[in-house]
Amino acid sequence: MATSTTSRTLSPKPGRTPRSMLVWGLVAAVGAVCWVVLALSRGEEVSALWVLFAALSSYAIAYRFYARFIAYRVLKVDDTRATPAERLENGVDYDVTDRRVLFGHHFAAIAGAGPLVGPVLAAQMGYLPGTIWIIVGVIFAGAVQDMVVLFFSMRRDGKSLGQMVREEIGLVGGIAALVAVFAIMIIILAVLALVVVNSLAESPWGVFSIGLTIPIALFMGFYLRTIRPGRVLEVTVIGVALLLLAIIGGGYVEQFGLSDALTLSPETLTVALVIYGFIASILPVWMLLTPRDYLSTFMKVGVIVLLSVGLVIARPMLENEAVTDFATNGTGPVFAGKIFPFVFITIACGALSGFHALISSGTTPKMVAKESQVQMIGYGAMLMESFVAISALIAASVIDQGLYFAINSPAGATGGDPATAAEFVRTLGFTISPSDLTSAAASVEEQTLISRTGGAPTLAFGISLIFAEAFGGGLAAFWYHFAIMFEALFILTAVDAGTRVGRFMLQDSIGNVWPKYADISWKPASWSASAVVVGLWGYMLYVGVTDPLGGINQLFPLFGISNQLLAAIALTLCVTLFLKHGLTKYVWVPGIALAWDLTTTMTASWQKVFSSDPKIGYFEQRSTFQGSIDDGKVLAPATTIDQMQQIVFNSTLNGVLQAVFALLTLIVLGSAIPIWVRAVRAGGVPTTEVPHHTSELVAPSDFFATAEEKAAVREWEESRRLSGTGGRR
Amino acid sequence: MRERVARAGRGVRWYLRQVTGEAKWDEYVDRCEREATTPTSRREFERHRSEHRETSPSSRCC
Repeated sequence: MATSTTSRTLSPKPGRTPRSMLVWGLVAAVGAVCWVVLALSRGEEVSALWVLFAALSSYAIAYRFYARFIAYRVLKVDDTRATPAERLENGVDYDVTDRRVLFGHHFAAIAGAGPLVGPVLAAQMGYLPGTIWIIVGVIFAGAVQDMVVLFFSMRRDGKSLGQMVREEIGLVGGIAALVAVFAIMIIILAVLALVVVNSLAESPWGVFSIGLTIPIALFMGFYLRTIRPGRVLEVTVIGVALLLLAIIGGGYVEQFGLSDALTLSPETLTVALVIYGFIASILPVWMLLTPRDYLSTFMKVGVIVLLSVGLVIARPMLENEAVTDFATNGTGPVFAGKIFPFVFITIACGALSGFHALISSGTTPKMVAKESQVQMIGYGAMLMESFVAISALIAASVIDQGLYFAINSPAGATGGDPATAAEFVRTLGFTISPSDLTSAAASVEEQTLISRTGGAPTLAFGISLIFAEAFGGGLAAFWYHFAIMFEALFILTAVDAGTRVGRFMLQDSIGNVWPKYADISWKPASWSASAVVVGLWGYMLYVGVTDPLGGINQLFPLFGISNQLLAAIALTLCVTLFLKHGLTKYVWVPGIALAWDLTTTMTASWQKVFSSDPKIGYFEQRSTFQGSIDDGKVLAPATTIDQMQQIVFNSTLNGVLQAVFALLTLIVLGSAIPIWVRAVRAGGVPTTEVPHHTSELVAPSDFFATAEEKAAVREWEESRRLSGTGGRR
Repeated sequence: MRERVARAGRGVRWYLRQVTGEAKWDEYVDRCEREATTPTSRREFERHRSEHRETSPSSRCC
């Protein structure tokens, strides 16, 4: 029932009033001053707030001008077009959702441990390279990818990335993309699990609190299932309170006499995590996954809010240098390689994340109420993710740099002992005394902080410094374990959810040849598929945990590159669709992102496979160690021939995986290029876009509704009330 | 001032109920009322929703 109001398109231009020009001029000035300070400060103390405000003002300008330009001028979002949520509404998958609520859902789905870990590791090259890439990368690549994929998927009834590649690029590309997505997911799960293992190993407090999250989540699950169904808010309040008690209780493990029982080795934790991962992924979602998801989302948002408030109150100084020597000589202990391309690979998710393309083409496009909302949901949520990355970078940069390198260098280098670690740090050109190392660990009530790689302990230590300074009370140990808890919690949720997604993908693929296997309620299929997925990431996790060269050091580049290669696949799809739609004039929008992403990832892949530096090239590493084995010599950091053989095996495995990921991406790109040529010649070719259906719905576009939009919504609701259709559901 | 705080409080509550999906039940009851049908029990309704979640896993990202 179309009424006169339903076909109106709300004006995309809010108009240039003197007031708005003044406000934006001010934002631009603040941003410019912050950038100038960051650019010119060398060798003097710099406040973290310059970084924070450089980021915030850049985001604001990018959102207001660039994102808006892409939405209205390039993609030409059309609010007279009904979205899939409106046309196909079934209250389940397709569900018109308030834009602010959907923003929350989308952000919760894209945000994880990646933007927290990557910047921490990248801090070894100084705070400046990371800051620049996180901000510039998100504006021109990451947020663009998320928004454009969301838009194209929304125009195709919410098709997945794999489906779109298959239909728009071709079968070969589609299969390559599917295999890449599955393999990359396994690596991501393994690396995330490795971060958890490294933060909980030899930490009875951490094991105690994280262990208790399982009964807490189970309790919440049963509460929602049987005691008071659906009362999510009250059970989450109870859950968060119990969680805080679990963190506080962890401080008393020694008094409880559990200290020895809960001091677990990385190997034990790996086994525990694999068993847990398998059980968690076959349990009904209401028992564990759903309640833990509520907890981790609330914890995450809470920490982000606390961290930004804490930063503003504490106003910490950056201890890190702007650019360290490791940026140019590539010999840093945290990860090997020079600033180009490795800083881009390491930052990964905070600036550009291929994984987001899966979310932007999954549940989110089926819930968008109005086309113009892709700007706030796609672009906006990614800016927030980038802000998380900036906060993590700051947290890692306010730590004493001697301590930073003692925490993040692999055990093979530091020797694991305060005296040897202090000596190793001295050889890097930093100073920290053995007693400072011991007292730093004691300040957060950990047995040791030496070689606690993986980023989480560093971040937690930085957060505890900032919070203890901002909120007082001498609670450093509590805040440290609070931060560890929050990271571990949502990594576990990601591992559980990821295992399920992997299992569904596997069942679906095998279902193509054996239809019964695709039946998700058939236990033999779902259990065996879960076992395969858990087995795969568990195996990679074990490889990482036992790697004599340091698992994070070896696996994180693989994780970063594979994530960025997935982004290359998503951006290839975006470029293809731009050309097919005849948007050749604007193809630079996804084009610059794709070109830069391909440059960094292909250089990194090339170096990881072919570099003659054994610290970088997996195969060179392999032949160096194999050569020594043949000579019967043991090469540091290995201490036995067994470890030597392990290194040879791991390097080969990592090198092969690396090469396969790069090849899969090139296959997708290679099958897309002929289509690009054809589309440009023809000035556009048909795509699978769903034709225009007139929208009857009225909803605002942006976070804050304008007076005009509010009036339009009121008028529309009034007309629906009169015509008896009632409010939306 | 008090009016404003109360409004903000209601806004936050509305948002949290929406985000967690708690408000789905209210919407369902409203719809049943409009369509003059009898709603099922809340227990049944929530079971139905969790069964749906079982078959459509949403990925949590890195």
